[in-house]
Amino acid sequence: MSAVSACPACSAAPAAEALAAAQAPREVNLALSLPGIHCAACISSVERALSAFPGVHGARVNLTLKRAQIEADPEVTAEQLAAKLETLGFEAHELDSGALRATETDQAGRDLLMRLAVSGFASMNVMLLSVAVWSGAEAATRDLFHWLSAAITLPAIAFSAQPFFLHAYSALRAGRLNMDVPISLAIALALVTSLWETSLSGEHAYFDAALTLTFFLLAGRYLDHRARAVARSAAEELAALEVPRALRFEDGAPVQVSVSELRIGDVILVRPGGRMPVDGVISEGRSELDRALLTGETLPVLAEPGQAVSAGEVNLTGPLNIRVTAVGEDSSLYRMAQLVAVAESGRSNYTSLADKAAKLYAPGVHILSALSFLGWLIYSGDMRMALNIAAAVLIITCPCALGLAVPAVTTAASGRLFRKGLLIKDGTAMERLAKVDTVVFDKTGTLTQGQPKLINLMDHDARARGVAFALASGSAHPLAQGVVAAMTATKLTPAQLTDIREVPGYGTEAYWNGARVRLGRASWVGAEQGERIATWLQIGGENPAPFYFEDALRQGAQELIDDLKAKGIAMHLISGDALAPVRALANTLGLENWSANALPVEKADFINALKAKGAHVLMVGDGLNDTAALSTANVSISPASALDAARVASDIVLLGNTLAPIGGAITVAQKATLRIKENFQIATLYNIIAVPFAIAGLATPLIAALAMSSSSITVSLNALRLGREK
Amino acid sequence: MNVLAYLIPISLILGGVGLAAFIYSVRTKQYDDPDGNAARILSDEWDDSPKP
Repeated sequence: MSAVSACPACSAAPAAEALAAAQAPREVNLALSLPGIHCAACISSVERALSAFPGVHGARVNLTLKRAQIEADPEVTAEQLAAKLETLGFEAHELDSGALRATETDQAGRDLLMRLAVSGFASMNVMLLSVAVWSGAEAATRDLFHWLSAAITLPAIAFSAQPFFLHAYSALRAGRLNMDVPISLAIALALVTSLWETSLSGEHAYFDAALTLTFFLLAGRYLDHRARAVARSAAEELAALEVPRALRFEDGAPVQVSVSELRIGDVILVRPGGRMPVDGVISEGRSELDRALLTGETLPVLAEPGQAVSAGEVNLTGPLNIRVTAVGEDSSLYRMAQLVAVAESGRSNYTSLADKAAKLYAPGVHILSALSFLGWLIYSGDMRMALNIAAAVLIITCPCALGLAVPAVTTAASGRLFRKGLLIKDGTAMERLAKVDTVVFDKTGTLTQGQPKLINLMDHDARARGVAFALASGSAHPLAQGVVAAMTATKLTPAQLTDIREVPGYGTEAYWNGARVRLGRASWVGAEQGERIATWLQIGGENPAPFYFEDALRQGAQELIDDLKAKGIAMHLISGDALAPVRALANTLGLENWSANALPVEKADFINALKAKGAHVLMVGDGLNDTAALSTANVSISPASALDAARVASDIVLLGNTLAPIGGAITVAQKATLRIKENFQIATLYNIIAVPFAIAGLATPLIAALAMSSSSITVSLNALRLGREK
Repeated sequence: MNVLAYLIPISLILGGVGLAAFIYSVRTKQYDDPDGNAARILSDEWDDSPKP
């Protein structure tokens, strides 16, 4: 007390220090995605490079997730680290650690694994004791073994089978029946009758059956959880790749802020190549906008002060200052998301095969076991025997095989699809994909790459080509880059130009042998813009000459179309782009059904009309204008390059650059669904054989154990066949 | 049959040791990066204890 009053500042100083420390964290956690790493040498060189970076305290690479976690001083940014790794030849992308946090600790998975281990340990020990009983242990020895089994089983079940008990309890409280109710009842009844038998020195105890049941069912649950967790973490990584940041002008200088902090009236800077984070109006600057993701148009649009821009458009040539006019719920992005939400609620009606089986199974088992209990009670009047038989019926009909039938197959199938470059986001997507008979494609960014390719290079003489090459080299505009790519391929040397400058929104200008040369928009060089994508070259006072472009086909597009045609699947092309490019693409690919100038709502309506005719529709699309259609369709696929909203709306994400795996995916999905049905048949067959024994009172614990294990193993092996097939 | 008095506790203890080792390995996140662990064994750089 006296110390405090003697020197108030002394005690205040540490408090202030603590406050400062809390406000400015001494260490930040950064995450980088490293899609290219694959070996031990990669790991050590990445870790060495990151650890050597000034300000980095520690770095650890996770090869399974292809990701690096870095602890560093707050001054270090992920951008710097990514740039450093790029110089060493490793592809690196910044990840939004906020979006990743959810997957860092998979508590539920670890919890299931722990329960699985405990039940596995206990069931092996009890099985050891049971084998002794089955092979002829008698009297006091048998009782001792039974009591030992009980001592191991009771705590093990109390811990391991908790998930089943909890789920069953919550289902019963809501007045429903689910798969966990018969499971919990079988486990509980087996324990009660076994304890009763043991206390009366009886012959049969089902401790081993109760534990094995728990073990197999937990294995099914864990597989199911793993498949989901892997898909979720990969999906979250895709989302985390788009770090939601914007450059806001504060006192005249752009400062990096999070998009959620933006308010109406703020002025933000969007650099060339950047995406509009919000809706707004251009207040300063000229450029061109790529609206392909929003509308499907391939032709860039001129951007001038006063023009409205929507979130998702990409700025191409010059820096733009945007005054924010809508954020959050008012933005066009949000309105699009609402269309998706409405469509999604329609899709959730789908009942998976597993749910259908459970609906038949749960009441059936209860009725069967109750009937055999009543029947034996009336027939023999022996309560103990009747209860024993009822327990045997429940154990024999145990849904082990049913519990494994679906997760074992989906794990094998999604693992196979993942290796092919397809990420299954939704559990029932595989079953829905198997039924597809109609495919609807978007054009820009889906069937095409969204990157223009020069097609009439040789129409120009060498002089014009040299000048165009030199002019195009001065710009990052996609058309200019297309010119450069084509010229580089022909090993041309660029002409010697002076005073090259880019005029944002128009093109590039320079002087060549005293004459002014321009490459850019039609109106800028005095030409007429046709409906084809073109950039125009003007040398001095000569007539402008057009360089025509075509949107290059995405890799594997032709293969996919041919593959689907061979499978007899109907195909439609529906695009928001103009008539001419859509017609050209449809002709190239050999698609008969196509339509252009489609609005987002029209796309969704088109799919609804197909569904009304009884078709099962797969939608493949990438843009914001596709999101409503993606969630309306029975099942949907989007490429990894798609906008975040489109990926969220689709069930399956294509990780690679090629479309070719889609055809194979449909085959795998069909096979997987077939395997699931086979598994149900196997499980049913076992029940048909074993249940009469149980009802007749002939089932011993040995028969129960044999039936249960062999059906579970058969089902798992059948599922594994899927992963091995070529 | 007196041998059972030794054998049963021994089998339980051995199984329990295995279980304890497994639980320890799960708790210390040793299953988070199976591919990385397979690759790291080939690396010349080693550390006394895994970094968190």
